[in-house]
Amino acid sequence: MATPVNNELLTRPDNTSGRVISSSKLPDEVKGTKRVRRSHRQIRTENVFRRTLIIVGLTMVVLVLGILITLIVQSTPSIKSLGAAYLWGKTWDPVRDIYGALPFLVGTILTSFLALAISIPFSFAVAIFLGEYYPKGWFPDLLKNTVELIAAVPSVIYGFWGLAVLVPIVRSFESSIGVSSIGYGIFSSSLILAVMIIPYAASLGRSMIQMVPSNLKEGAYALGATRWEVIRSVILPYTKSGLFAGVLLSLGRALGETMAVTMVIGNTSFMPKNIFSTGNTMASVIANELPEADKTVYNSALIELGLVLFLVTVVINMIGKRVISRFTN
Amino acid sequence: MKGKIKYRIGKSGGFQLLTVILACSCVLPLIAILVYIIRAGITKINWSFLTNVEKPVGELGGGVIHALVGSMLIIFFASIIAIPIGILCGIFLSENKKSRLAYWCGLSVDILQGVPSIVIGIVAYIWMVKPFGYSAFSGSAALAVMMLPIIIRSTEETLKMLPDSLREAAFALGMPFHRVILKVIVPCGISGILSGVMLSVARIAGETAPLLFTAFGYQYLSTNMTKPMETLPHLIFKYAVTPYKDWQDLAWGASCILLLFVLILNILTKLITRKWKVQL
Amino acid sequence: MESTIVKSVNYNAYFGDNHVVKDVNIDIPRNNVIAVMGPSGCGKTTFLRGINRMHELIPGATAKGKILLNTEDVMEMHPIFVRLKIGMVFQRPNPFPNLSIYDNVIAGYKLNGIKLPKAEKDKIVEHSLTRVALWKEVKDSLTKKGSFLSGGQQQRLCIARAVAMEPEVLLFDEPTSALDPISTSTVEELFHELKKNYTLIIVTHNMQQAARVSDKTAFFYMGELVEYDDTKQMFTNPKDTRTQNYITGRFS
Repeated sequence: MATPVNNELLTRPDNTSGRVISSSKLPDEVKGTKRVRRSHRQIRTENVFRRTLIIVGLTMVVLVLGILITLIVQSTPSIKSLGAAYLWGKTWDPVRDIYGALPFLVGTILTSFLALAISIPFSFAVAIFLGEYYPKGWFPDLLKNTVELIAAVPSVIYGFWGLAVLVPIVRSFESSIGVSSIGYGIFSSSLILAVMIIPYAASLGRSMIQMVPSNLKEGAYALGATRWEVIRSVILPYTKSGLFAGVLLSLGRALGETMAVTMVIGNTSFMPKNIFSTGNTMASVIANELPEADKTVYNSALIELGLVLFLVTVVINMIGKRVISRFTN
Repeated sequence: MKGKIKYRIGKSGGFQLLTVILACSCVLPLIAILVYIIRAGITKINWSFLTNVEKPVGELGGGVIHALVGSMLIIFFASIIAIPIGILCGIFLSENKKSRLAYWCGLSVDILQGVPSIVIGIVAYIWMVKPFGYSAFSGSAALAVMMLPIIIRSTEETLKMLPDSLREAAFALGMPFHRVILKVIVPCGISGILSGVMLSVARIAGETAPLLFTAFGYQYLSTNMTKPMETLPHLIFKYAVTPYKDWQDLAWGASCILLLFVLILNILTKLITRKWKVQL
Repeated sequence: MESTIVKSVNYNAYFGDNHVVKDVNIDIPRNNVIAVMGPSGCGKTTFLRGINRMHELIPGATAKGKILLNTEDVMEMHPIFVRLKIGMVFQRPNPFPNLSIYDNVIAGYKLNGIKLPKAEKDKIVEHSLTRVALWKEVKDSLTKKGSFLSGGQQQRLCIARAVAMEPEVLLFDEPTSALDPISTSTVEELFHELKKNYTLIIVTHNMQQAARVSDKTAFFYMGELVEYDDTKQMFTNPKDTRTQNYITGRFS
């Protein structure tokens, strides 16, 4: 739409005198009109825009509350009929209508913490490498970007690769140490998970280590401390809450990770006997069974697992975020 | 005394070496995966792979066109939902730092960021699949929810970094609020916003868990958003766990395409945003 | 006889519970340069930002009282109208980094969605840049980004941007405090030119600058308007002891 130019806007200086006719000197009928009308339109749009922003902000709150309420409401059949025994029952047998989620809780905890234990040395090493030893240069840049790419690879691809490459290796490893050699199972899942969660703790740890004030470090160096002693007695204590937050974020990822785990854990609903046995995590059992869960209680029991997963990850992430914001302020 | 110092220096050097080795070895699994997937996948990609739909076991010439089209459609619709809402919400958060709604909104975004994708899948299943049946659109909705926190946070962080003087300059010219935001603030932060959008697309392109019980999967080419649809990650999952070599080959080819797409998108994000960054 | 263009009546401004401008009454005559000076934190900038309603952009900031532009109360008008009539230049030069020099000058039109024919735009740009003595320096690099200019040039670009909107009043918030001495004197010379067409209100904590450029000077102290008089009068014969102390440098 070509807005015709209003008279007032055209009151340019006339070139001969170089004087500007100020709008207040204009006759009243020229003043206002289109420019004022335009501005009124602008004000209306401005209000609409402000309101849209508030609605969008509200939408996010409603969305999250909606997710929580939906999960709770849909879990009630199972909460009502199974009660707290649901969390302690060792048997999961939908055919006989027995729903005990303990095997999945144990499976989830085992895979996540094992993965965490494997990944921490590596992610801390990356954090220290990039944060303290080599903060600048092309190689650290490359390493940083590559580690970030680890988080970008789709989990289904980790799962597929694990299936094709890692499971056979684990199988031969298992037979060499004399445990039941299936290859699938909690150990394989943990290995895959460990790789997947490295970037979370690493990148947070790196930024935390870079925030250590240099006068603290210099103080220690001035006393004749070696690099390792500075790291151990200045940097690590200073950043410990930040590193802890990074570990929590990694843990949150590991708990909720679905596809890679589903593909290599073996999907059995028994209590895992040791870290080499097959099993199921909360996420993997949902992925496997929700589409075919036709009975109300069965369906609802799976959704309750989702609710547990939701609450646990929310709590872990909230603690992590709190720690980070306390640290950075 | 001298021996003690030598020991300490040696220990320090030893630790540094250990750190370097551990840090560099993190790259190995990524390289192993990249090399393996590309070697296994690239040979499977040919014309019929790119133009046919999947075939039953034993028949030659199966392809993944249905999954390619499906992935693109589902990502496209997810983006249409998530990009405007995400950017507006990011603007809301950066412009209302102190309001109570902004606090709750920010908290919600934090929560949403940590929610496992499978849980979002469950909720999309309850909201859209239970009443209306499996549909590609329910998949888009689930993926859109996953995109939101990434877009919102990157928009918010970018806009918060812009100096207040920019907003003041715009307001002082008599610009209404929406023009200040859309004509000055957003264009100056476009690189950060764009990188958030691209990263969120890369993130959901490989997402499988929420699609298991929303878009569900389908063996023919379909463009109907209200019906089930195949996607690349779901196809990989479906065929990775089968014992048949033909089908596994399809999965390898699909993995190769998906992996390259996601990695290239990630790298492009880095390059483009660096180039588009407005010099303040 | 000089006519009043801006008049404040019992103007008060607050940041939350903090009362930063207290009952200011001031008459500002047309086509004059008014310097507003005072020690840091005396409310002079807050008062200036109140005149074109920029004050309330800060969360928690409120204001009471009247500010009359001609005869209309600014506080009753929508801020958009106010800011179209009262331009502002800030402490630090803030050209739009994503726009060219040309687009920066007509930013007020372009970004407000006011469509002008090309010839018209060219005329505004040339005229505004000439006004701020920048035309000769940048006429060959109009398509370059505004951030390509030096600090002093950027500040003059910002003045041109405000002038292009043809406001009645121009507010300057310590416009030279981020500039080197040479740029400062260029900008100060501009004030003499600009006052032929506009009314200029300049906040400064540089007394020499106030004495050099202004016709009248207002002295703020602890949020109050202590003294307001012709500049010559104020600097040679201040009536209030606080003003005297400030001018003679007994506190800063």
